Amino acid sequence: MSETTTSKHVSFLQYKGKYKGILGWILSTDHKRVGLLYLYTMLVFFSIAAILGLLMKIQLIAPGYTIMGPQTYNSMFTVHGIIMIFVIVVPGLPAVFGNFFLPLMIGAKDVAFPRLNLASWWLYVIGILVVLSSQFVGGWPDTGWTFYAPYSFRTPANVLPALFGAFIMGFSSILTGINFVVTIHRMRAPGMTWFKMPLFPWTLYATAWIQILATPVIGITLLLTVMERVLGVGVFDPTLGGDPILYQHLFWIYSHPAVYIMILPGMGAISEILPVFSRKRIYGYKAIVLSSLAIAFVGYFVWGHHMFTSGMSGRALYAFSFLTFLVAIPSAIKVFNWVATMHKGSLNLQTPFYWATSFIFVFMIGGLTGLVLGSLATNVHVHDTHFVVAHFHFIVFGGTGYAFMAALHYWFPKMFGRMYDASWANIGWATFFAGFLTLYLPMFALGLQGMPRRYYDYLPEFHTGNIISSLGAILMIAGALIIITNLVRSSRHGKKVTDKNPWGGKTLEWQTDTPPTLENWEEIPTITDSPYEYK
Amino acid sequence: MSEEKLHISSYRSHLFVLAGLLLLTAASVAVTNLEMGPLNTLVAMLIAGTKAAIVLTWFMHLKFDNKLYAIFTTLVFVIFLLVLYVTFFDYSYR
Repeated sequence: MSETTTSKHVSFLQYKGKYKGILGWILSTDHKRVGLLYLYTMLVFFSIAAILGLLMKIQLIAPGYTIMGPQTYNSMFTVHGIIMIFVIVVPGLPAVFGNFFLPLMIGAKDVAFPRLNLASWWLYVIGILVVLSSQFVGGWPDTGWTFYAPYSFRTPANVLPALFGAFIMGFSSILTGINFVVTIHRMRAPGMTWFKMPLFPWTLYATAWIQILATPVIGITLLLTVMERVLGVGVFDPTLGGDPILYQHLFWIYSHPAVYIMILPGMGAISEILPVFSRKRIYGYKAIVLSSLAIAFVGYFVWGHHMFTSGMSGRALYAFSFLTFLVAIPSAIKVFNWVATMHKGSLNLQTPFYWATSFIFVFMIGGLTGLVLGSLATNVHVHDTHFVVAHFHFIVFGGTGYAFMAALHYWFPKMFGRMYDASWANIGWATFFAGFLTLYLPMFALGLQGMPRRYYDYLPEFHTGNIISSLGAILMIAGALIIITNLVRSSRHGKKVTDKNPWGGKTLEWQTDTPPTLENWEEIPTITDSPYEYK
Repeated sequence: MSEEKLHISSYRSHLFVLAGLLLLTAASVAVTNLEMGPLNTLVAMLIAGTKAAIVLTWFMHLKFDNKLYAIFTTLVFVIFLLVLYVTFFDYSYR
């Protein structure tokens, strides 16, 4: 082992500490390595869940039995949902880019609790394995990722491992949240006051609070469902005096704020990218900060819009509909700020910018169709139809997924010290974007026509929309393959980047070495300016 | 850290916390014998909330620590109460 690979001033990728090989990664407490561990894990499971999604769309290319029967289809959408939600989009940006870039962006050497950070990744992996173990001990669950009562404790399918797995992954999420809150409070560089902190850490901060406060609710709910199934305690079971709507309240008290866990860090990443590629100071820094906090706060109180047709009281319906419309305001503030940032900017049309602007486009479609669902009168008609599926894929995949890809293409040279092939990256983006719209836009029409979600079969009048949608899925997967191949290949063989700041960014992470050294900084920087000072 | 004042609670203070918790536990058992309809839940929640406040304030030292912790803890409880309040828009008006 040479001296250079053990020195704390070499790249974190080359550093060899106590352990060698793969152990040097899976036992590393370095925040950058932990971030990459999450990235690699997500890449594997995203591929699995995406294949499940593609198989479902192939099944729906024609009415009746195409490649699978109803029970397989039920298991497919359940496992697709569990993996995509609990393994990919909920931890997504905080776990990968939050871990990697939070300390770099606030001028710290690591997160506040590095061992806890590694433990979070281990809990995450254990949770995934427990979920997948259901395949080998009784068959995949068929409840949908929402595990609604009373079906979740009556189905003969094996739901327990999925419930336990999601419960364990919840702990990972809580611990990451605690780590980030403490890191941001205690470890900002000298001179970095709250309002000199970049926007991505701000959104991580808002997200971390949701992770800490909302995740325990789903933990308890899932445990109660386990108790209901195993012991028959009767909290949710109407035959034992329980209330199934209580399950829905408890589930959505977490799972709606979880949408903001998914989307807020994505908004933070977009707020980092647009000033850099517009060569302009971010428009309305404080408005973005305060709207992030407002989204996190108001987002706690809108869960009931998932339950408009469940049998809640009329007064609750009005209250939740009003609160849902309220949360649209801070979201819209952000969109106006992003557009205003680009206005009269010197636009640099690179791959991260394409992802960021297409994020705004699809997020707006998702947001505006969300108002259709937040309105009581229209919700009743499109509830549990393909309209809902299209809406949440525009928000969750179009929002978080696009922001994730924007962030990955933006920070890639800093993470790996290599640059991807820009032409292939742009071709991948264009193919993916075209596939995405072809896949999900027809689903709005199908939903309005009355096609229900979660059905493996449909009436002949829905055939045309489903053909277009399924072809879109194939196109989108082709785009994803181009993107992933380009990035994976470039991480090992791409052109080397030695420039600390290839995009001309103003935030702190662009002042460290590329790739960063083990402890990030030889000397902790002192902050004097705001983070987006383009002149 | 060395500039922060450490506070060590006395046995007497711990005994008062213990006595308070035992008394309130007895009270929460006792109120189950009263027929107050939906108010039973409210009273039980109030007693449980008081017990939690005693533990947080004295046993977990919020009273003697940096005020920031007290502020954040209070905010958490405010959010929790608001979540309960919004939930009862459903249960109270069915």
